[in-house]
Order: sequence, then structure tokens, then C-alpha cells
Amino acid sequence: MSVAVREQKRSAWGGGYSPFKVEYGKLMMWFFLLSDSFTFGALLISYLTTRFATMGWPDPNKVFKSYPGASEFANAPLVFVSVMTFILIISSVTMVLAVQAGKEMNKKAVIKYTLFTIIGGLLFLSCQAWEWTHLYREGAWWGRNPFPNFDGSLSSPNFTNFFFTITGFHGFHVFSGVIINIVMLIMAFVMYSKKEDII
Amino acid sequence: MADLHELENGGHTHAHAFDSKAVRKEIWKVTIYLTILTIVELILGFVMMGWEEESFKRHFVKGIILILMFWKAFYIIGYFMHLRHEVRNMILVIGLPATFFIWFIIAFLADGSSYKHLREKYDPYKTELYQLPMPKHEEQGEKKEIKPEEKPAQPQQQ
Repeated sequence: MSVAVREQKRSAWGGGYSPFKVEYGKLMMWFFLLSDSFTFGALLISYLTTRFATMGWPDPNKVFKSYPGASEFANAPLVFVSVMTFILIISSVTMVLAVQAGKEMNKKAVIKYTLFTIIGGLLFLSCQAWEWTHLYREGAWWGRNPFPNFDGSLSSPNFTNFFFTITGFHGFHVFSGVIINIVMLIMAFVMYSKKEDII
Repeated sequence: MADLHELENGGHTHAHAFDSKAVRKEIWKVTIYLTILTIVELILGFVMMGWEEESFKRHFVKGIILILMFWKAFYIIGYFMHLRHEVRNMILVIGLPATFFIWFIIAFLADGSSYKHLREKYDPYKTELYQLPMPKHEEQGEKKEIKPEEKPAQPQQQ
């Protein structure tokens, strides 16, 4: 009897069927990522709109030209920013490897790669803390912009406002990821039997 | 009961149902791709640094960097975030709303540019303000010596 009912229900809308073939948590994570990308998209597009509406803008190669331990006259544009980008790429690799280790029920590897991911996130946040401190000491903050435009003309504080707001949001995004990873690391230590639950 | 378990796991029947070695190999392959793309982008960025602003070759290299960035985003979302291995409907549910960004970018950049031109036309004071040279950046030690009333007024524009 039950078998006959089941045969009739094999349509995408009849229930008893997973149309996306993903877990609840994974589907909700994708919806979160979509909403997160719209949050950051809104921030970046408002920055672009303001930049298109403004006549001059500071030269990023002259603003972001220092790195930790550099002398005051160091001129290394892009270098420190590239290092930070690379830290993020590597920590996303270790995150993927941790998820993969969880699928393989390999507890040791899960703990190892989650720990690497946490270290990568903390490393990025430390780099950002240094960069913010450095720019603050140069006189940049919300509402204050010491950097002239490309042609040396007077610049507006829009540049620093957007820089600190967007990188601040991104830093918070990374920070919450580090906290969630620490929670998952503790869960990986505690859970012995069902290791696939931690992913 | 087994069916119910399968349903809760979204159709992924068993943790060992796939070849884990092949997956790990793919992860490292994509990592190497991403590293190469990042290095190429950096080299292009350093090469064009000395070039003239608004020149054709500079715009061209910027376009190449944009394409490389899209390529990188595709690899990260597709492989690191597993979207490529999902069901087609799942990919569309995430991918289609993201195409709103094409409209956002075109509409908002046009808006910003039109605001700039309207202001140039009807509010030339702002345009003149932008022509002013930036006051010389003072050293921290010198700043303390200047009394508040002597401090030159710094026009700040919005």
C-alpha cells in the first residue's frame, strides 16, 4: 500500500523529494551569502556612484604605499594589499580542505585545517589593524582626509569615509567568520561520533 | 527510514559516496590557478603604474584585470564554494539574483556621472573649489605650535 502511494508522489512538487539536493543548513548558507554579497555590493556601488559624481580623487598608489616595519619614505604601492589578499585566498583554501576532511570523517584533519583558517583570519585582521593605525597616524579618519587628489587639488573626505566604512564592514565580516570557526573547532574537539555534523 | 535520512541530508546518501582523492586534487589545482591569476594581475598592476592616466593602453590593461578577476570569482564560487557541483536549479536560484548587479552598476554609475555634470553646469562654485590646491601637509610637531586663531581655514567640501 505504502509503496503504491510513494510511486505516485515522485514529482518535483509532490513532496518526498529534495529538488535542490542540498541540506537545510547549506541552502540557508547560500541565501546568507547572496544577501551578504548584496550588502557589500550596495556599499561598493555607493562608493562608485560617489566617485563618479566627484571631480577628483586621491591616488591609491600614494595612499597605500607602506607596510609594517617600513621607513617613513617607503614607496611600495600594492605590496601590503596583495599580501592581505593572498592571506584571504589561502585561508579559503584551508576552509575548503577542512570541509572536505569533515566529509571524510577525518577529525584530526578537520581540527588542523580549521585551526589554519582561524590563524589566516586573525592574520588578515592584524594586517588590517596595522593599516588602520598607520592611516590614522597620517591623519586619515572618518571626516578627515589628508591626501590630495591625483592633480594635487583639494580632496573631499568621501575617500576616507568610504575606505573606513567598507573595510570596517569587511573586517567585521572576517571577524564573525573567525568566531564561527572557533565555535566549530570546539565542536570538532567535543564531537567524537558524528563528525559530519560539524560541517 | 533510510529514505527519510536521505531526504534530511538533501539526497547526499553517504559521506564516502565520492572519490575524496579526486576532490582534494581539484582543490589544489584550483589553488594553483588562483595563485597564478593573482600574480598575473599584480604584474599587470605594476606594469601599468607608470603609464599615462586615461590612455588607451591603460584602459585596456584595466579591462584585462577585470576579466581575470571575474575568472577568479568564477573559480572561487564554483569550486571552493561547490556551486558548480550543485543541481542546475540551485545554481540558477543563486546565480540569477546576482545578475541584478549588472543593472545596479550601469544605473548607479550613470546617476553619479549625471549628478557631476549637472553640478558642473548649475553650481560652478563646487567646480572652482575642486581647482584649489591641497594645503601642504603639516608635520605633527609643527601643528602644535600654531595657535587655534592663526590656523588657516581649510575649506572642506562635501
